[in-house]
Amino acid sequence: MSKEQDFPLWEIFIQSKRGLDHKHVGSLHAADAQMAIENARDVYTRRNEGNSIWAVLAENLHASKPEDQGAFFDPADDKVYRHPTFYVMPKEAKYI
Amino acid sequence: MAESKEEALFQEKVDAEQKIEPKDWMPADYRKNLIRQISQHGHSEIVGMLPEGNWITRAPSLRRKTVLLAKVQDEAGHGLYLYSAAETLGIGRDELNDQLLTGKAKYSSIFNYPTITWADMGAVGWLVDGAAIMNQVMLCRTSYGPYARPMVRICKEESFHQRQGYEIMNVLSHGSPEQKAMAQDALDRWWWPSLMMFGPSDADSPHSAQSMKWKIKRQSNDELRQIFIDRTVQQAEVLGLQIPDPELKWNEETQHYDWGTINWDEFFNVIKGNGPCNKERLTARQKAHADGAWVREAALAYAGKKAKKKAA
Ligand SMILES: [Fe+2]
Ligand SMILES: [Fe+2]
Repeated sequence: MSKEQDFPLWEIFIQSKRGLDHKHVGSLHAADAQMAIENARDVYTRRNEGNSIWAVLAENLHASKPEDQGAFFDPADDKVYRHPTFYVMPKEAKYI
Repeated sequence: MAESKEEALFQEKVDAEQKIEPKDWMPADYRKNLIRQISQHGHSEIVGMLPEGNWITRAPSLRRKTVLLAKVQDEAGHGLYLYSAAETLGIGRDELNDQLLTGKAKYSSIFNYPTITWADMGAVGWLVDGAAIMNQVMLCRTSYGPYARPMVRICKEESFHQRQGYEIMNVLSHGSPEQKAMAQDALDRWWWPSLMMFGPSDADSPHSAQSMKWKIKRQSNDELRQIFIDRTVQQAEVLGLQIPDPELKWNEETQHYDWGTINWDEFFNVIKGNGPCNKERLTARQKAHADGAWVREAALAYAGKKAKKKAA
């Protein structure tokens, strides 16, 4: 088989409804951004799953490393005072 | 073989029902197994478009044609979801393509059977998609995240595939005697190959035990096949059609149907490339890929030109 150049890989994010977050749905190959968005429409929104599409070149996406997941996220581990349930409220107080 | 510390941690995660993600450490064989399984699954979706594509231009009404077109388009989407899931494990799309086009990769043997009458569109949707759904519902809980997530999407889309097939069977089997005979003939030809879709019996399935331990698979081939039979018999009764198995009988004790024996020689023979349509399917894919080469080249050239203009 002759070796041909691959289309670059794009990561696709879809917003299902106005006001919601764009969510990662998968990836696809396309020659350019326009083709990525048009193909994403055909691949990921055949049943009105979205009204907005983001396409990001996969090589431009950077991720945290799973191997140092523990150390990386542990500054948040012992800070219970960041949660409302940490505080003692008098029973009589309402709407707080 | 002693387990490494990494391997033990990996298994712990799997046992705790935590999904494995692309950048996580995983045993080399887990990766290899998954690449094989996901790519075969993807190839099956792609090749699976051919037997039904055969009837798009000859569908008996505009409604049926629209539906069939939408179904085949869904299968193309499924192929793409699966290819991109396989790619997260480090294999390239070009390599996946090559493996299919050179005949190195396998796909579900069911697609090497011909679709010779319109009733085959009914039987394929009802039985082939029905069997595929059973497998895919299980895979929604597979341990590899990028494989599990598209399965959820696929299962949502598949449910219309099976229903449109059953609808065709229902109309034909309650139509004229000729139509009913056509539906029965399709069931006769698709029944056994559909049961083969679940793969060899557990005892003869080389990857099964390891796949279960890694929770790639969650139910055994035989287990899924039995559930499929139990459900389908009742559906055939509603159609007034006979399942082509003289040994099929309800078993009060097990609360399952007893049934006959699969011709595994036929199964392995089709897998080896000697089914009625193996050659035709492969040739069709090779031709489609070759005929599309100029489009891919043009798209890349156009993208390059646009990028240059933007930079200038
Ligand atoms: Fe599918
Ligand atoms: Fe399907």
